Amino acid sequence: MDITLNILRYNPDSDKRGHWEEYKLEAEPDERILDLLHKVKWFDDGSLSFRRSCAHGVCGSDAMVINGENMLACQVLVKEVSNPIKIEPIRGLPVIKDLVVDMEPFFDSYKKVLPYLINDDEPGERERLQSPEDREKFEDTTKCILCAACTTSCPVFWTADSYIGPAAIVNAHRFIYDSRDTADKQRLEILKDVNGAFRCRTAFNCTSACPRGIQVTKAIEDVKRKTLTIN
Amino acid sequence: MSTNQRTDWARRQPPTGGSNFELYAWFFMRVSGLFLVLLATGHMFIMHVFNDTLNLDYEFVAARWDTPYWRTFDWLLLALSLLHGTNGLRIVLHDNISNQNLRKISLSVLYFVSVMFFILGTYVLIAFVSEV
Repeated sequence: MDITLNILRYNPDSDKRGHWEEYKLEAEPDERILDLLHKVKWFDDGSLSFRRSCAHGVCGSDAMVINGENMLACQVLVKEVSNPIKIEPIRGLPVIKDLVVDMEPFFDSYKKVLPYLINDDEPGERERLQSPEDREKFEDTTKCILCAACTTSCPVFWTADSYIGPAAIVNAHRFIYDSRDTADKQRLEILKDVNGAFRCRTAFNCTSACPRGIQVTKAIEDVKRKTLTIN
Repeated sequence: MSTNQRTDWARRQPPTGGSNFELYAWFFMRVSGLFLVLLATGHMFIMHVFNDTLNLDYEFVAARWDTPYWRTFDWLLLALSLLHGTNGLRIVLHDNISNQNLRKISLSVLYFVSVMFFILGTYVLIAFVSEV
């Protein structure tokens, strides 16, 4: 089938701001959006820049705005979106070139919530045990691949100068609700700030944007409630 | 990317933690919201359903305020709705005004107006003496 691809291009050396460029190409309905981008880059315009690594929805490199919604280009098929297809870089982060954005502010927020297991107690001879029920409490938030689709779909993140963003809260949730972890207080101390979890206005954009189906808004609400009981 | 853009984004600092204010404000919105559902529906039924608005005059209010119960009811309605509304507007201003000075000015105006309304309302409720 004939596909029209509109891509928001930006070259820092020559452009003051982004501009749309149109590409016409042939594609099968079962091809992924990522395949279309490859076709453009490999056979039409080699200057097109975008990130992708595994190309199978696991690494989270190719989050972009496809027809107005945050998605992973490697997960969406041509037949699932309407033609012409509009592709933009994810919003709220500075664009480096074309579809490549500067992820540093995103990872700064992520690092801020101490996204690793903290427990100074002696683990004993075996590993730290956890019941299936306790594991279930944070099962959903272990699925995060840090693609930034949630954070960059959040209207508060677009406007607020320093909101920590849904992804960081999801990753805090993953450890706050882990019975083996002992640093709840430290994380909640960070998240109770004016730009922490309470900045969330429950717009639910993050939940619809998550390519892993994580209940992001629910996780944020869980964290808010936990802050209440710990203080 | 221009240098300018990078400087702008470098200012984007993740939160550093601190007071419990946002936590309590968030919790207050939920609790006051629940109370307001009861108080405001009660108020609406009394003023618009059980009584005809045409009959609501000075005597009606004076009779109501003869008892401390109704004064407390009205004061709670005043206090909770003012605080709930002010906090809601505080959040809206925080979200939508990125200029720091403009934000400070609008928040100051909001707090001033709210405090004035609160003082005025409380004064009327306490000082009112029926002249019927």
